[in-house]
Amino acid sequence: MRATRLRWVIPLAVVPLLLLLAYGFRTDPREIPTPLIGKPAAPFTLPTFEGGQVSLDALRGRVVVVNFWASWCYPACYEEAPTLARGWEAYHDRGVMMIGINIQDKPEPAKKFLTQFNHTFPNAPDPVGQVAVDYGVYGVPETFFIDRRGRIRFKQVGGLTDEVFKSHVDTLLAEKE
Amino acid sequence: MRSRARTLLLLVAALAVLGAAPVDEQVVREIAAELRCVVCQSLSVADSPSETAHQMRGIIRERLAAGQTPDQIKAYFVDKYGTWILLSPPRNGFSLLVWVMPFAGLAVGLLVIALTVRKWSRRTAVTEPAAPPLDEAMQQRIRRELVERGRD
Repeated sequence: MRATRLRWVIPLAVVPLLLLLAYGFRTDPREIPTPLIGKPAAPFTLPTFEGGQVSLDALRGRVVVVNFWASWCYPACYEEAPTLARGWEAYHDRGVMMIGINIQDKPEPAKKFLTQFNHTFPNAPDPVGQVAVDYGVYGVPETFFIDRRGRIRFKQVGGLTDEVFKSHVDTLLAEKE
Repeated sequence: MRSRARTLLLLVAALAVLGAAPVDEQVVREIAAELRCVVCQSLSVADSPSETAHQMRGIIRERLAAGQTPDQIKAYFVDKYGTWILLSPPRNGFSLLVWVMPFAGLAVGLLVIALTVRKWSRRTAVTEPAAPPLDEAMQQRIRRELVERGRD
């Protein structure tokens, strides 16, 4: 009686361990959860490459897309660049604002990138990385979709596609303030 | 004479500027050592040579200079990246398991050993007196055989 019970206990003890391993190996260690969804987007004011200034606070009431990028981020930033250009083309007349934030980069290659893809929306360097940390950015490209009330609603890690851009922006545009 | 006074003034001004932000690099290092470098995963912000970690150390330094405490600075990073950014899991919620499990495992193991040892010692205690006592005839035979063996 006692021996039969023990015979079961030992293999059963392995079950929790297997469950833990199954859970552990399924999660992607590179995936960093962001606690920022639904939270107010951190305000920033930065001088743009074009010589102007861009400030998030001034854009309350509008849907804002904030894209973090770098000229050395190849190929993802280069692949998504046409999507950003098309998005700006299609949506800036409908009140959507787009801001590019260039991180850990040098001005010359960054400006070359903007010219190459004909990006005409405001782009600004983030020289000390303060804005990147404020947005919990860990790599480029990352794109944040901010609603009319100034809250971060979606975050895209990695290259953006036309479908993702359109679906997020359309969702936020459809909302009333 | 006048230029010397000016030099002295400049020196005092420079010292005042330097003294305005007395950030202890050791404290910067200590905070950075508890934060996970976001681009290199297994390194701390203190140990990573990456640009991101360098910038994060700059932010820590800036916040210390602004008078924030190390706990406030860590809370700022947790606010932005979640508890993921902390190299040691927090001692609450589900992560508490990570801290408790090793000790719980050790306690259970010690208990199992203690119980097993007690069971063994009890079993031997029971079996010993159960050995059949030698009768008189057997004792004589043993004595005789020992003597015979000694003679050879």
